Amino acid sequence: MHTQINHLLALWGQLPELLRTLIWILIITIGVILCVAFLTLWERKVIGWMQLRRGPNRVRILGMMPGLGQPFADVFKLLSKEVIVPSGSNKFLFGLAPALALIPALAAWAVIPLSPALVVSKANAGLLYLLALSSMGVYGIILAGWAANSKYAFLGAMRSAAQMVAYEIAMGFALVGVLMASGSMNLGAIVRHQEGGLFAWNWLWLFPMLVVYFISGVAETNRAPFDVAEGESEIVAGFHVEYSGIAFALFFLAEYANMILISALTAVLFFGGWLSPVAGYPLIGHTFLGDPSFFWLGLKIFVFLFLFLWFRATFPRYRYDQIMRLGWKALIPVTLVWIGVEMVMAVVHIGPWARPWFH
Amino acid sequence: MLALILFYVFATFLVAGALGVITARNPVYSALFLVFSFINSAAIWLLMEAEFLAIVLVLVYVGAVMVLFLFVVMMLDINLAELRRGFTRFAWLGWLTALAVIAEVIGVVWRHGLGSLDVSGGFAGEPAHYSNTLALGKVLYTRYVYPFELAAVLLVVALVAAIALTLRHRPGLKSQDVSRQVAVRAGDRLRIVKGPAEKRS
Repeated sequence: MHTQINHLLALWGQLPELLRTLIWILIITIGVILCVAFLTLWERKVIGWMQLRRGPNRVRILGMMPGLGQPFADVFKLLSKEVIVPSGSNKFLFGLAPALALIPALAAWAVIPLSPALVVSKANAGLLYLLALSSMGVYGIILAGWAANSKYAFLGAMRSAAQMVAYEIAMGFALVGVLMASGSMNLGAIVRHQEGGLFAWNWLWLFPMLVVYFISGVAETNRAPFDVAEGESEIVAGFHVEYSGIAFALFFLAEYANMILISALTAVLFFGGWLSPVAGYPLIGHTFLGDPSFFWLGLKIFVFLFLFLWFRATFPRYRYDQIMRLGWKALIPVTLVWIGVEMVMAVVHIGPWARPWFH
Repeated sequence: MLALILFYVFATFLVAGALGVITARNPVYSALFLVFSFINSAAIWLLMEAEFLAIVLVLVYVGAVMVLFLFVVMMLDINLAELRRGFTRFAWLGWLTALAVIAEVIGVVWRHGLGSLDVSGGFAGEPAHYSNTLALGKVLYTRYVYPFELAAVLLVVALVAAIALTLRHRPGLKSQDVSRQVAVRAGDRLRIVKGPAEKRS
């Protein structure tokens, strides 16, 4: 058995790099899509429990675990439904829009370090790459709204575009804060600079940035309480009102992939990514719990995903002008002030700026 | 070899996209062709290892400027017939400008001689850990700090001017004051009155 694994590893090393990268991309993409499938189930279950319901509990897998087969049942249902293309719509853009929404959400995973050794691309400008990709996700929504030739869809797209442009700025400033504390735009280096247990992570010294980043992340993904882009009580379902079947499912997939992405980024940028919270502490810090591994990252992502669901179940929807006010007049000034505070901290060498990498 | 093939692919797309911008009849298509050209020129910059410029081009132009452009173009009710009215009358001016630009480009290349423009060898590659962004930041904040700050001030002035020019206060407008709405407390709106319970008759 052991020799077989070694044999396989040797074979893996012999593959050309292009092929190895392609295989990694495939594994990560399929992993994200599977996570999305079970996230939809988890969301419905959690919200169900919060509202004293059971959530999905009919479709079973192998006769056990009620509800576990629900995502697959949904996928098959959506696959078998007709994709209706509205008359008077722009056929080409109508078909292109779901793909444009999904591609950035999946492409961003290229630079996310999953464990100390596991990352598709160790790009130097990883943080910039992420910012650029997250800003491109809006095209899918705008084009969907415009191409569908529907008033509701267009209203939803316009709302969403303005909202995403506004919150991107706050998000960018929060990332500038992380950049200042890490001195690198490589995500692996950002994680490594946070080594040293729970209180060495960025969240402590960059707490306002963390809050701004996560709120902006919720707004960027158009999730409740910022989901006016699809506010069903006002504009039916917003930008995807004309989409049906698997085209609609692609928008759904993009939204949930973005949620997982934002959670992963919050974990990587502010909560030490794959690092263990107990590393360096006496007793447990030296057991396997103190080792950096993918499972810590997974756990952190899970916690932030739960926050997304919790927000959706408990907060009422924001009014549109209040969303704009929060973004421009509250979040952006907070980040600007905190960048100033970080400058002072860097000059007097405290917090992350007391570390050896900072000269 | 792979880089050369990629270059020609992206360059072809770039030129095709740029042609699309000026030939598309629908302004939304024009804007999308422009986005397509931006992405291709960013890819060419990436091939030249200028990753900062490439990503910032996508971030600023594709992610922000063109989104707002699309926003405006989609909302406009453009009368194409009205726009085309002067087309043939002023076509000669356009041709003249185009010819002048082409003549200038040819003149510059002629002057320097094609021999000195050696593009076959490319340029010296940087070491693997070389960070474009770091190098650019160092130069911008030391050697070129005054021009850089001046550009920043200029942009801020333009920003303030743009807002000041479009800011209009109409008297008697019934708009909501969000700060007051957010600051409201339940105690201001709701008065809980205690009354004696009615006796059962």
